[in-house]
Amino acid sequence: MNAEHQITAGFMPLLDSALLVAAREIGFAEEEGIALTLVRETSWANIRDRLAVGHFNVAHMLAPMPIACNLGLTPLASRTIAPMALGLGGNAITVSNAVWAAMEAHGARPDLDPRSAGAALKAVVAERAGRGGEPLRFAVVHPHSGHNYELRYWLTACGVAERGVEIVIVPPPLMADALRAGNIDGYCVGEPWSTAAALSGSGRIATVKAAIWRSSPEKVLGAGAGWAEANPEALAALLRALYRAAIWCADKANHAELASFLSSPAYLGKPEEWMLPALSGQIRTGGDGERLVEDFFIPLAKAATFPWKSHALWFYTQMVRWEQIRHSPAHEAIARDSYRPDIYRSALKPLGVPLPGANAKVEGALTAATPVGSAGASLVLGPDGFFDGGIFDPDEIESYIAAQNSGRSGS
Amino acid sequence: MAAPSSLAILVIDENRIRASIIEAGLREAGHEQVTVIHDVAGIARRIAEIAPDVIVIDLENPNRDMLENMFQLSRAVKRPIAMFVDRSDQASIEAAVDAGVSAYVVDGLRQERVKPILDMAISRFNAFSRMARELEEARGELENRKVIDRAKGILMKSRGLSEEAAYALLRKTAMNQNRKISDIAQSLVTAAGLLGSQEEP
Repeated sequence: MNAEHQITAGFMPLLDSALLVAAREIGFAEEEGIALTLVRETSWANIRDRLAVGHFNVAHMLAPMPIACNLGLTPLASRTIAPMALGLGGNAITVSNAVWAAMEAHGARPDLDPRSAGAALKAVVAERAGRGGEPLRFAVVHPHSGHNYELRYWLTACGVAERGVEIVIVPPPLMADALRAGNIDGYCVGEPWSTAAALSGSGRIATVKAAIWRSSPEKVLGAGAGWAEANPEALAALLRALYRAAIWCADKANHAELASFLSSPAYLGKPEEWMLPALSGQIRTGGDGERLVEDFFIPLAKAATFPWKSHALWFYTQMVRWEQIRHSPAHEAIARDSYRPDIYRSALKPLGVPLPGANAKVEGALTAATPVGSAGASLVLGPDGFFDGGIFDPDEIESYIAAQNSGRSGS
Repeated sequence: MAAPSSLAILVIDENRIRASIIEAGLREAGHEQVTVIHDVAGIARRIAEIAPDVIVIDLENPNRDMLENMFQLSRAVKRPIAMFVDRSDQASIEAAVDAGVSAYVVDGLRQERVKPILDMAISRFNAFSRMARELEEARGELENRKVIDRAKGILMKSRGLSEEAAYALLRKTAMNQNRKISDIAQSLVTAAGLLGSQEEP
């Protein structure tokens, strides 16, 4: 078949590359007239650089990354847009067996509850500081990542002193090994790299992204802005293919097949049993522990693929919080414009699927599943929100930033 | 013009052969302060010791994200390291990414002093990948010859042909079907295996 569009996409070996993998393997891309080439990469820096020089038209990207690119925070960056998200949730925070044992002595339970785990970690950090020990070292995958911001959010909200934990960067596939080798004491990463540590006995899952911030954004489809402007039809066709892939990925009946695709050498090259916990939500926490987290990884429900501007703006507030950039109205506007719900809506309209009526929402406002205004089929959002009860209103950025700065100096 | 040897250059490459090719090139160009690291363990301390002006790293290295983060947190390396060559030099960046090399440059170092280093690294990377490709092709060639020999053996045994006639038959079939001789030979060997014919040595 002669494809109408040739699209090359970069991806990292992570479970949330599932939409791209399914779009290619099940044939949704082909049905939309796209010859989709997937190229596995070894670092997020490579994804960014190869998108910038045009090797990739689009890429599986950390959700804050297009914003960081447009703000000029990275060494090599060109204008990048996020016209679609690739799912919600999907990360976990894992600690070494030694740290977990110390946390258990302070009341941590294997229930993935972020409050009790955080309180226990705070006690462990204080104990170490009292003994004059080195601070604990945690790893995240990139400075401009949801992992970095959610780990810091959790630690700060639990009152863990900033100086008590050092945060370093380690690539996802090396996390479990670094933990086993004692180079790090814990990490926040996307699946299957926490399950990898839990199943091999080298670590324990302390809590999960879905518990720290329910229905929170993780990866997006990043697209070169120049390519997107020159090829609107190809991009729209790709968004439709990815949306149909999301429907397929969300169906429990397909999880075994999806796990088998993901585990093949071309994609993650790791056992199927590493993929299944995140897909089913039946999380193996390490030891004999198991815990059901129904919304651990959401590929479709709750408008999981919609690029909310409130998500972009929350990431922006965290960049300000952790001093990656100074707040200004111009910077705020760049962050807001990096996410493109307009492109999403116009591409998916022909599918007749639920399309949110708004571009942004108040994060943390919905305590229960709630039907919201939408075009097409009806749409249910929530429950959502931060574990500490925090609310993020994208219209009140200044006061949110001010509040988080005052919270920080108190830690 | 300052002597090129005054620049401290750090090469990070897990591939020892490629690293030594780059190191040799830099030394030929008059750079004497070249350090090569194969393993990124404990790299923050090494960078602080070496205090490089330029860092050359291969794009296959999964630790690029870590390295970039260290440069952003300049306190980790005790010096202000920041840029990727010159952001405005798109052509040079493209050539570097194409070749699989990345260069990080100490803040304040002028581009004209860094460009020759990056250009040299790019050409050495390209030379190395050409070499690796040729090696791969040579290996493939050897494999093909083995398969063709086995296919000839099968034809000689099953059809009572001479070696020359067996080869001629393979070549004719390949020409008729517009395929490579090695492909035809491979199909024959596979089919013979499936049919259980004895072609063990």
